[in-house]
Amino acid sequence: MKFMSEYRDAESTKKYIREIQAISTKKCVIMEICGGQTHALLKYGIDELLQDNITLLHGPGCPVCVTPLDKIDKAIKIASMPDVIFCSFGDMLRVPGSSEDLLSAKARGNDIRIVYSPMDALDIARQNPDKNVVFFGIGFETTVPAVAMAVYRAFELNISNFSVLVSHVLVPPAIEAILSSPHAAVQGFLAAGHVCAVMGYREYIPIAEKYKIPIVVTGFEPLDLVQGIYMCVKQLEEGRAVVENQYTRSVKKEGNIPAQQLMKKLYKTVNRQWRGIGEIADSGLQLKKEYGAFDAEVKFNLRNILVREPDNCISGMVLQGIKKPTECAAFGTACTPEHPLGATMVSSEGACAAYYYYRKNNEHSA
Amino acid sequence: MCLAVPGKIEEITGTEPILRTGKVNFNGIVKTIHLGYVPEAKVGDYVNVHAGFAIAVLNEDEATEIWSILNEMSQQKK
Ligand code: SF4
Repeated sequence: MKFMSEYRDAESTKKYIREIQAISTKKCVIMEICGGQTHALLKYGIDELLQDNITLLHGPGCPVCVTPLDKIDKAIKIASMPDVIFCSFGDMLRVPGSSEDLLSAKARGNDIRIVYSPMDALDIARQNPDKNVVFFGIGFETTVPAVAMAVYRAFELNISNFSVLVSHVLVPPAIEAILSSPHAAVQGFLAAGHVCAVMGYREYIPIAEKYKIPIVVTGFEPLDLVQGIYMCVKQLEEGRAVVENQYTRSVKKEGNIPAQQLMKKLYKTVNRQWRGIGEIADSGLQLKKEYGAFDAEVKFNLRNILVREPDNCISGMVLQGIKKPTECAAFGTACTPEHPLGATMVSSEGACAAYYYYRKNNEHSA
Repeated sequence: MCLAVPGKIEEITGTEPILRTGKVNFNGIVKTIHLGYVPEAKVGDYVNVHAGFAIAVLNEDEATEIWSILNEMSQQKK
């Protein structure tokens, strides 16, 4: 067992697809939340194999795509200050801000570094006591524990030249926002497996009840995805609407308790802007006052910068599953991964980029 | 972005649960990974790793479930 290649077995995946087709009697609309799942579904062509009865909508689960414009502008502002080393996951460097992206700020000579883990940024801070090291803390619940640990170690060891530009977002409030929108067409959800590996899935139970909607915690490999879709379709066919767990090898109902404890200690929930979508109540995390010294927006006094989204890109509707990327006039012409207009074209997990790579010429690699 | 990659723990360093790290093998590539969130993990276990941290120990019993269900389904139809 290597826990990976086995779940890419084409034969078993096809068998599952036939099982889905066998039980499905009516059309249904299922949304996968996570960008990693969007990417895999398109890469393996699962959406096309199922398209007769099942429409897969792609949700707002790409943290790169939903990071609000003002955070990108703040990142660039901090990175342009003297004596700053700005550290980020690689994906964020090409996301367009209001006038430029981090990559062009780097080309102007600013010290901007790509790191694999927030702990690497903390190490850079220890090695460079005369510089201010700032980490771009984006991500959903999956990523928060990693950033939390870096902040907590900095706090304990009193590493005062380290701070984080916090832009974490939470999945359940986004699901609720989608379900309560007047455009809501989604009948079932695949919840993101790794978010649930951290948070567990208790939070989804009241949502499934309130909106009478099946929610299936699902993994990321092709076989996981088809099993998750199968479980969701089965519920819809049988008229059930509960939370089920497909990804039992990695997800426990209660999630990862030590990670949740540290998150609770450091952060509080706040209203947060989602790029292209707007503000969602209680959908973001911010460091508590006690840890304000490690909050880059407090440290560099940037709390009050606000910026308006440009309106030439329909990524907000793409992120809510209202439109497909191919319905955007700029798709593949004015907007490409080399010259992205919207964040959903930047990250390989953004729906626009996934369509660009796997659907542009209507062919896909399996 | 939320991807977590499975790897096998080959070595564990440190005793204080929250500060433990380990050498984790990802299909031949070995990296030092923080194990602070998986205090139950032992050498030989597979963990799901994201941004340098193990976020879950993989459950071997559950891991093969998917094929048993599939076999059962095709058996039923025969
Ligand atoms: S194709 Fe480009 S412009 Fe159109 S919605 Fe996607 S990111 Fe925005």
